[in-house]
Amino acid sequence: MGRDLSYQAVMARKNEIMRRSTGIDYEEFSRGPLAFDYELMMEKTGYSLHEVRRIQAETNVGRTPLIELKNITRLVRALADPGKGARIFVKDEAANPSGSFKARRAALSVYEARRKGYRGVISATSGNYGAAVASQAAMRGLDCIVVQEVFDSRGRGQPEILEKGRKCEAYGAEVVQLTVGPELFYVFLLLLEETGFFNASLYTPFGIAGIETLGTEIAEEVLDREGKYPEAVVITHAGGGNVTGAARGLKKAGADATLIVGVSVDLSGLHMASDKDFNRKSFTTGHTGFGVPFATWPDRADVPRNAARALRYLDRYVTVTQGEVFYVTEMLAVLEGLERGPAGNTSLAAAIPLAKEMPQDAIVVVQETEYTGAGKHPGAQLTFAREMGVEVGRGDPRENRPGRAIVIPESPEQLKVEDVDLNRLRRSYIRNALESVNWKKLTSEEIHFLAQETNTNHDFVERALREYVSTGKS
Amino acid sequence: MNKAVRGDWVQIHRIVLEAGQRAAGVPEDTARVPLELRAKGFLLDEEGVPGQEVRVRTVIGREVRGTLISINPSYPHDFGRPVPELLAVGPQLRKMLREADG
Repeated sequence: MGRDLSYQAVMARKNEIMRRSTGIDYEEFSRGPLAFDYELMMEKTGYSLHEVRRIQAETNVGRTPLIELKNITRLVRALADPGKGARIFVKDEAANPSGSFKARRAALSVYEARRKGYRGVISATSGNYGAAVASQAAMRGLDCIVVQEVFDSRGRGQPEILEKGRKCEAYGAEVVQLTVGPELFYVFLLLLEETGFFNASLYTPFGIAGIETLGTEIAEEVLDREGKYPEAVVITHAGGGNVTGAARGLKKAGADATLIVGVSVDLSGLHMASDKDFNRKSFTTGHTGFGVPFATWPDRADVPRNAARALRYLDRYVTVTQGEVFYVTEMLAVLEGLERGPAGNTSLAAAIPLAKEMPQDAIVVVQETEYTGAGKHPGAQLTFAREMGVEVGRGDPRENRPGRAIVIPESPEQLKVEDVDLNRLRRSYIRNALESVNWKKLTSEEIHFLAQETNTNHDFVERALREYVSTGKS
Repeated sequence: MNKAVRGDWVQIHRIVLEAGQRAAGVPEDTARVPLELRAKGFLLDEEGVPGQEVRVRTVIGREVRGTLISINPSYPHDFGRPVPELLAVGPQLRKMLREADG
């Protein structure tokens, strides 16, 4: 007698499927309907930094080169006021086995799956994480399925995602390709149930603890080479894992004063679940379509409690445009001799204007690069954009319009960041938290939890609560 | 060449959710179209032609059913056309650096 495989029935079994496929009982960390013990979850289900390093070393993950971008720094100083123009370094994460920092996240998930005796792993991702899981699974002898959102309803595939699918297949993984829509999660649950595989989610404590080594490597290497910690680390922000893990690692290494700057590509106005908008995006990750919703409500992820909680760690959050990222991708190739994938250069696009305003003895670290290749390349992505009716030209990047016009800057002086108001996001998070429970009155423990979640204090939370009550929104 | 035989590497297609069955809250343009799945595997049937319902065994050994849509499908993505707007960036930046060095 088979189980009911209808959409409603499978979604109703979600929590049970998750418990079996992650081996984590999230109830254990719950502190009432609203709050949970985040640090306990990270401690009990994660691994110590020392263990993570050992596990990653087994599969050649991490210890990537930290490269000083001397020519870009010279260029920035030529444009900056006297005495300004911080030194820019980049952590060349493309040197990881699968070509991106995601190998760090996958290393731990796949290790955990193997340790617990699962025969295989499944990941729902259209990003570099799929290839990372596939590569790690290949090394540890596990089967792997990657579920991707690839096509629009006319069967046109996003070039960047088609390439990621090819790479997964190259590592021996099965790739399930879907059209646009959040019901990808339903297919994911069906596959978890059918196979009994481990859910290699991006958002379990394993997926986050794996990135902590990136933060500690940056802190330790800069300290060793330059005698101090970096003034700022610039991190591409999408689902929140990169910011959370890197910031935790920096803090664990003692770099408490280092400014954590999150960066997303501005894709405002494009709907992430829209069939029509899907192929009008020239970035499939690192953009505001993930960055804002995941910061303001992390528990929208594929696990009950997301271990990626960006608002706990962000000191500043900025956006850049698609045209600016393609421009710095070209700059990195022609000035530094490093050809890397565009999406990974999102944080570089922000680091340049940030460094311009900082003193020359300051150090800014761009925390990742990613591999490039067919599909994941400015030529492929801009050719596709033009085919989709998006205008591509040079001009003032402020004229960039997501889904309609990609404007490549005319000069490096035009590179700028737009600040996102973090307090607005914090209030939005509090509102979402209140709406997730049948809120009447908060206990002092819950107020304390919300203050930790938003990296604020009791006053801030109580002000946001009063605002929410008086207007029905904040 | 338009026929696959047992053991050939093929791509299949299946409707997961019909247009009327999409999740509540998806944008209208998405709600109007079905959720489609594509997968690849070795053909388990004796033979199959595009449009025919077939069974395949995926690379990790799962058996999946669907409509055969392609035999040994190629990877269509490439490097696209060179982008003149980007080709102009290098010479400009190098000139700026030379001038900065005096």
